[in-house]
Amino acid sequence: MAIEPDSSAHFADYAHPERLVSTGWLKAHLGEPGLVVVESDEDVLLYETGHIPGSVKIDWHTDLNDPVERDYIDGAAFAQLLGGKGIGRDTTVVIYGDKNNWWAAYALWVFSLFGHEDVRLLDGGRVKWEADGGEYTTDPSTPEAVDYPVVERDDSKIRAYKDDVLKHLGNPLIDVRSPEEYSGERTTAPAYPDEGALRAGHIPSAQNVPWGKAAAEDGTFRSVPELDALYRGQAGLKDGDNVVAYCRIGERSSHTWFVLTHLLGFENVRNYDGSWTEWGSAVRVPIVQGAEPGVVPSH
Amino acid sequence: MTDLPESLAQIRDDFLELEQRDRLLLLLEFANELPELPERYSAHPDLLERVVECQSPVYIFVEVSEDRTVHVFATAPKEAPTTRGFASIIAQGLEGLTVDEVLAVPDDFPSSIGLTEAVSPLRIRGMTGLLARVKRQVREKLAA
Repeated sequence: MAIEPDSSAHFADYAHPERLVSTGWLKAHLGEPGLVVVESDEDVLLYETGHIPGSVKIDWHTDLNDPVERDYIDGAAFAQLLGGKGIGRDTTVVIYGDKNNWWAAYALWVFSLFGHEDVRLLDGGRVKWEADGGEYTTDPSTPEAVDYPVVERDDSKIRAYKDDVLKHLGNPLIDVRSPEEYSGERTTAPAYPDEGALRAGHIPSAQNVPWGKAAAEDGTFRSVPELDALYRGQAGLKDGDNVVAYCRIGERSSHTWFVLTHLLGFENVRNYDGSWTEWGSAVRVPIVQGAEPGVVPSH
Repeated sequence: MTDLPESLAQIRDDFLELEQRDRLLLLLEFANELPELPERYSAHPDLLERVVECQSPVYIFVEVSEDRTVHVFATAPKEAPTTRGFASIIAQGLEGLTVDEVLAVPDDFPSSIGLTEAVSPLRIRGMTGLLARVKRQVREKLAA
């Protein structure tokens, strides 16, 4: 890795502690050659209100999603995006954002589809940076463009399509949405736009662990014992399990994908980005309503 | 183009004459201009209506004066500048219009001001939801 990892003791118990940096580490390394800080938020304007000095903005929707098809950008567009932000293939990238790094984790997952090796999260994101007295600036960043190679996306390891999920049934699924979305209870009044799916409920046998439970009050990730209690205890995951996580469009579940893969060390975790907006509108896929996981149909 | 009220047409034209990046900055200006709630609402958050189409919490309240003019009040957290900007456009653009003018605003006005590409179509839905709720509140107040 290009820049030394954050060796803070409180990261040491995580399976891949090099995937996190603390606010203190970032303050000490800000401006170092070989490091690019990326802000990725739910709110497309938040970066403009003030960002970590020198950081660049990557928006999940306008930058990472294909503008026409429901897919991510391809290798050529990714190369152009990253090169334009001053990110080379061996640059150390630290991503941070709003809402417990929800969208930052999504960006990290997309970077991982392209095999960008050294990509980390700022533990706690914007909220922790602010709480720890980190500076913001509204000065535009002016990165010098560099060459980023065209690398084709590898969707086979950490991304699941609907057909993959159908084949996966019988193996652990984690539904990271709210309990109301999971049970299929309507949360919007009639005659208002709903969540963009025609049916409500969850994929049979999926365990409901809302994504935000993995974050502590200060926005940082919870400790290994706390995460174990959630995912191994409550959701029943075991070492060696092949796991699929999903939510509504695959953003909240990237956060859970990060937790399972990089903090707890599960090696076969895929994010189903089609998620409920695809499954809940697909024809003839099994759905369970109510608070119980339900069973996978036998046929 | 339809006969938009002057205030909304001005907002649309201001956005359309800018480059994409500058459109975001103009939206940020709108966000910064969203006025504080008048005390009659800030002291009574229960009177405000949550707009669930927006990803971030935003609350609106519509008043119809005796002269049948409309006044829109809104609040959204500072961590949600896009939502604040949307609310500010709606509040400023509709301020002082008559109920008939407000109800005649095309439902797709938010898609016509050149922000769809800059903020994404998904996010624009939040502003469409805001406009729809303002109109519904106006209708409810007329019926009351």
